[in-house]
Amino acid sequence: MRISLFITCYNDTLFPGTGKAVVRVLERLGHSIEFRPEQTCCGQMHWNTGYIREALPIIQHFVNVYRDAEVVCIPSSSCVAMIREHYRKAAIESHDTRFVADVESLLPRVYEFSELLVKKFGVEDVGATFPHKVTYHASCHSLRSLQLGDIPMRLLRQVREIDLVDLPRPDQCCGFGGTFAIKNADVSSAMLADKVCDVRDTGAEVCTAVDNSCLMHLYGSLHRQHFPVRTMHLAEILASEAKTGADR
Amino acid sequence: MNTEKNFRGQRHPDFPVAAKELLQDVQLRQNVRHATDVITAKRAHVVDEMQDWQTLRDAGSAVRQNALDHLDRYLTQFEEACIRAGGQVHWAIDAAEANRIAIELVQAHAAKEVIKIKSMTTEEIGLNDALAQVGIHAHETDLAELIIQLGKDKPSHIVAPALHKNRQQVRAIFQREMELPELGDRPEDLTEAARVFLREKFLRIPVAISGANFLVAETGGVCIVESEGNGRMCLTLPRVLIAIAGIEKVIPKFRDLEVFLQTLPRSATGERMNPYNSLWTGVYPGDGPQEFHVILLDNGRSEILGDAEARQTLKCIRCGACQNACPVYRQTGGHAYGSVYAGPIGAILTPQLDRFRQSASLPYASSLCGACYEVCPVKINIPEVLIHLRGQIVREEQETFAGKIGPWNVGMQIAASLFASGDRLALAQYLGRIGQKPFVASSGFIEHLPFQLGGWTQTRDLAPLPAQSFRQWWAQREKTAENSTHTKAGGQS
Repeated sequence: MRISLFITCYNDTLFPGTGKAVVRVLERLGHSIEFRPEQTCCGQMHWNTGYIREALPIIQHFVNVYRDAEVVCIPSSSCVAMIREHYRKAAIESHDTRFVADVESLLPRVYEFSELLVKKFGVEDVGATFPHKVTYHASCHSLRSLQLGDIPMRLLRQVREIDLVDLPRPDQCCGFGGTFAIKNADVSSAMLADKVCDVRDTGAEVCTAVDNSCLMHLYGSLHRQHFPVRTMHLAEILASEAKTGADR
Repeated sequence: MNTEKNFRGQRHPDFPVAAKELLQDVQLRQNVRHATDVITAKRAHVVDEMQDWQTLRDAGSAVRQNALDHLDRYLTQFEEACIRAGGQVHWAIDAAEANRIAIELVQAHAAKEVIKIKSMTTEEIGLNDALAQVGIHAHETDLAELIIQLGKDKPSHIVAPALHKNRQQVRAIFQREMELPELGDRPEDLTEAARVFLREKFLRIPVAISGANFLVAETGGVCIVESEGNGRMCLTLPRVLIAIAGIEKVIPKFRDLEVFLQTLPRSATGERMNPYNSLWTGVYPGDGPQEFHVILLDNGRSEILGDAEARQTLKCIRCGACQNACPVYRQTGGHAYGSVYAGPIGAILTPQLDRFRQSASLPYASSLCGACYEVCPVKINIPEVLIHLRGQIVREEQETFAGKIGPWNVGMQIAASLFASGDRLALAQYLGRIGQKPFVASSGFIEHLPFQLGGWTQTRDLAPLPAQSFRQWWAQREKTAENSTHTKAGGQS
């Protein structure tokens, strides 16, 4: 199967290691990957901040880029949530029947990374080894929009030598929320402080998630406070093999 | 009431400013955290035991949606049925008219005092202040509302208005206002004090004012659910009863209560059933109030009804579950919202009721985490409405010069143009790597950012853009693959 990777704008720019890890895992499973360099962003930041008019061309661009893709893999649950929850409405508002039809046909082919592995391919063991103590942060979009449930945990449980510890209060938001982190920096920071304490209390060396946005937020505070906890996208743990260990 | 300000007639700072101040109040944050933790745990327990909970949510949503879609019909039906049963129905277009009607009704009985059942709607219209202006004192009889009234405070939660106060603080208020210096701080002591204080008023004052949980179109009946029985006192002892209800409170049929009397108590207080479920229809000679009025309040609701995307806001049955679940509310409590309706429901309802006059910051007081939608017993998609309202705010801002040249609009326009093609994004990444250099500290991280972005770095470091973007790595890999056709290289970072 030919998998088209939508790396997302911020992974492309800030977390290229996540994209490389996705490629490695999928290739290890025997899939061929393509990357369409015309891709940019899903439009989430504009849409969620209320810049609906500005989001529309970005959404249209995404749909144009992936119109003929067999499967689109996205290592970010919030971008997938944006696509699943809002693209229909965006298309309908554009009064462009072709756009509406394109969105309808594209939606079933769009997968979040862990969802693609478990739901579409039925794979839980991707042959990874990661000898570290890890806790998993369930992002709000993975939990409530995509309803991923225990899918990421099922993948993690199959990783060799991993020491998994539960993060308490898994349903609590880390406080990122895109522009919320800036517009309401104080409340966002208060939410973040709670989450950072929870992460710290697990004693984990690594906090993982299916969204680098939450992880960037968490790591921003962990680093500021000199807590020796690393953050790694799920794909990077799944890409790790014996001896190479962590990649970041 | 001056609706040019907010509907309580007070100016209030924007949410981020008010929140910042309240976050410094350690006691308040402890109280709010404790109370919301207790209620959410109780709710989870009684919701999890319901096998048909999701079906009940669907049913509740459908009933409320249907009521709103045909509101004109159901309201007329309610009015006719209520009058037939001996009640009197009044229509109020706004807060001022509702207050005027209520005042005239009280004055018609020459009453100088009234007793009140807890009602957010009367908070919304500032009824107590309006009554006070004409020399009528309203006694709140709900325990929490009594605490708020005696403490000269404001409600911070739809269901538990004094949620931000702990027992010791309540005792201090009672000691001072009821002149009980020896009062203890056990729950029994406090409720006993309130009981003695209120009982005299129940027996003496002949006019009561209530809100309504539901108006039943089919029967003309009014329903109130409560936990203390003080509401029941107000509904049965006085000669005159005035109910003030938003027009959205109507449900078509008596049997629709089957759904809400299950979902409301479980969502609101984590109880399987409310201790007191009162339903009354019109007037019965020799039993209960002999004069019964309903004031149907619009106060901006018709306008919300006209907005197809925001209409679902009016499905709300005021359970407060969204407030307890909201990670923002759990940090700040209700006062930061500067609104009678706080939390996620307040963040969508208040801006619509006051047309963003004092509340344009509220739709942004959410990380869009979706916890509110998940617990809502009538399935109001609050995040969706929040985004819809943000869209309205942005469009209005863009119509002004200051809004157009403001940092948010400029930043968003630039970002949108960069996302127009892959080449532009690549160029932006290149420029970003150069432009970030002055901001990267000796730690290798960005610790201070200018302007709006400084909000990020006040508590968080930021890793700088790495030397190579993913798209560059991929291009390099493709090139390598082309050069050596047999090597599956490039996968190593």
